[in-house]
Amino acid sequence: MAAKSDPAMLEVAGLTLAFGEHVIQHDVSFDVKRGSIFAIMGGSGCGKSTLLKSLIGLLRPVAGTVRVLGEDYWAASGVRRADLGRGFGVLFQSGALWSSLTVAENVALPMRMFTSLDEASIDLLVRLKLAMVGLDADGGRMPAELSGGMRKRAGLARALALDPEVLFFDEPSAGLDPVTSRRMDNLILDLREGFGATIIIVSHELASLFAIADDGIFLDAGTRTPIAHGAPSVLRDTCGTPVVRAFMHRGASGEARHSGTNDDARN
Amino acid sequence: MRREESHSVVAISGDWIARNGCVDTIDAAVTQIMAQAAEGTEIAFDVAALGRWDSGLIAMLWQLRTAAAGKRAVLQTAALPAAALRLLALLQDCPPQTTVPAVLTGLSTRLGQRALATWTELLAVCALLGDSILHAFGAMRGGSRMQGGDLVDCLRDAGGSALPIVAIVNFLVGGILAFVGAVQLRRFGADVFVANLVGIALVREMAAVMTAIVMAGRTGGAYAAHIATMQGNEEIDALRATGIPVQDYLILPRVLALTATMPLLYLYGCAIGLLGGMTVAIGMLAITPTAYFEQTRAAVSASQFVFGFSKSIAFGALVALAGCHIGLRAGRSASDVGNSATRAVVVGIVGVIALDAVFAICANALDF
Ligand SMILES: Nc1ncnc2c1ncn2[C@@H]1O[C@H](COP(=O)(O)OP(=O)(O)O)[C@@H](O)[C@H]1O
Ligand SMILES: [Mg+2]
Repeated sequence: MAAKSDPAMLEVAGLTLAFGEHVIQHDVSFDVKRGSIFAIMGGSGCGKSTLLKSLIGLLRPVAGTVRVLGEDYWAASGVRRADLGRGFGVLFQSGALWSSLTVAENVALPMRMFTSLDEASIDLLVRLKLAMVGLDADGGRMPAELSGGMRKRAGLARALALDPEVLFFDEPSAGLDPVTSRRMDNLILDLREGFGATIIIVSHELASLFAIADDGIFLDAGTRTPIAHGAPSVLRDTCGTPVVRAFMHRGASGEARHSGTNDDARN
Repeated sequence: MRREESHSVVAISGDWIARNGCVDTIDAAVTQIMAQAAEGTEIAFDVAALGRWDSGLIAMLWQLRTAAAGKRAVLQTAALPAAALRLLALLQDCPPQTTVPAVLTGLSTRLGQRALATWTELLAVCALLGDSILHAFGAMRGGSRMQGGDLVDCLRDAGGSALPIVAIVNFLVGGILAFVGAVQLRRFGADVFVANLVGIALVREMAAVMTAIVMAGRTGGAYAAHIATMQGNEEIDALRATGIPVQDYLILPRVLALTATMPLLYLYGCAIGLLGGMTVAIGMLAITPTAYFEQTRAAVSASQFVFGFSKSIAFGALVALAGCHIGLRAGRSASDVGNSATRAVVVGIVGVIALDAVFAICANALDF
């Protein structure tokens, strides 16, 4: 497969996203190389989750194209899109577990729907995925009985159900304790190394991002467009844009902005 | 405000407490200050007489700063309390959102918009109906991803557990019909015809309609609330992202279950209703159970049952489709769940009665 010129796993060009007339982001362009970890960064409410939605088929962009392995995703028919989407695994910000199914059934449902595995194999695979995320003992519980962090991990196990080529993570470690969060990082790296999966991750966990991401994009809420491209660790060291610096240095220069406003008011 | 050589000084005095109404005067005060301030001037403050203050003062300063920026005037804020400056610094220097005045639309416009919205809704339900039929055929050919277990769950939910309430309602309706009939018919000595009245009314109309109304309140509302909750939890998004068709997974089992159980519940409702009618008739009039039963059998033909039976199939599909459709279109907040459940019940009940009227007209035209 890698023999040809190897098209990027995902090519996004000139994307504009809007809810009704309310534009969330415009002119979003980036490529995600196969097997890389790509970070989507930006302040809360800048449209990171919205961007993810347009990549996984939930929100049709108003303009621009998304190409999956060279194929125009949104120009394809709904059936074709669903086929392409079968190679995607998505971990939603809220976990989004199906609340009327147990954790194990949540992981099993995609397999039941899209494979012809027998029950015993499905059962084995479900236990494997749950064990990977450290929920081996909780397969029989309902989503409502799990804590927020456990729900995230169960969502991750479900995202892994069909061994996807591309994984989308929306804030996988938000709301997790530091130890679990570190475990999640390692897990993500393991998934990349182990399955060769391409990973697109939305996260505020800077330490994780610096450690794992190969490339990334920074969305700005004010101008509603990306203002920086590059690996998070590179952006941290070289990017001159104040908003990006403030973000990368944990809002350190955010203080500077405030005192700046004070000065303005005084002058 | 007073003017000194190079700059203006705004004297702020008294209490600036928002809930005491000082906010109402801000606009006028700011306008007045800006009217007197020259282009590009400096505005300083004198706060010697300032009393207690809260966000009322901050609101005034914010408005003033915005207005001053428009005139390229500069605020000399050094004299202001440090705490107020801190709060002011939190506020972005963008123009405060002007609120859009609510557009007053005339009654006729609103009626028209409502009508159009209803029409679109109706079309959407029809589209969903078509879609469901297509998917149902797909399911029959084995191409569907519907899970057998879901259908069984829905069937139990829509069928078995509805039996008690359907029984109570139909028993009472049968009894009421018999009571009203008995009081009237006794005056003509036509006592035994109570059986005709109860039988025909129940089998043709009441059993089907009452059962459908009960199911609209019970199951239609539950479908809408369940699907709306899933919408709010991103569960529907998760289904779509996984490539699981919502049609197959959520809607089809529900529509099939209610369409299948409604006619059975109708037959059950008929039986219980007739029993209720018989109980009251025997109690009130000098009729033997056998005579009542024979009279009912003679009065109610099989075609009446066919009519009621077909109607209840249509009612089942309508109630289920309305519930699912309204749930899918719900917003993502908790109150949307309540609203969609209410709407599903209302649409279900009104829809059932309207559809029943259509059936009545058609039956009349066809002499059925
Ligand atoms: N379903 C929706 N309808 C309308 N606006 C939305 C919807 N979902 C999100 N938004 C808006 O889009 C913007 C970006 O949201 P989101 O992508 O969730 O931000 P984040 O970057 O924190 O993930 C927000 O301003 C939010 O108000
Ligand atoms: Mg988000």
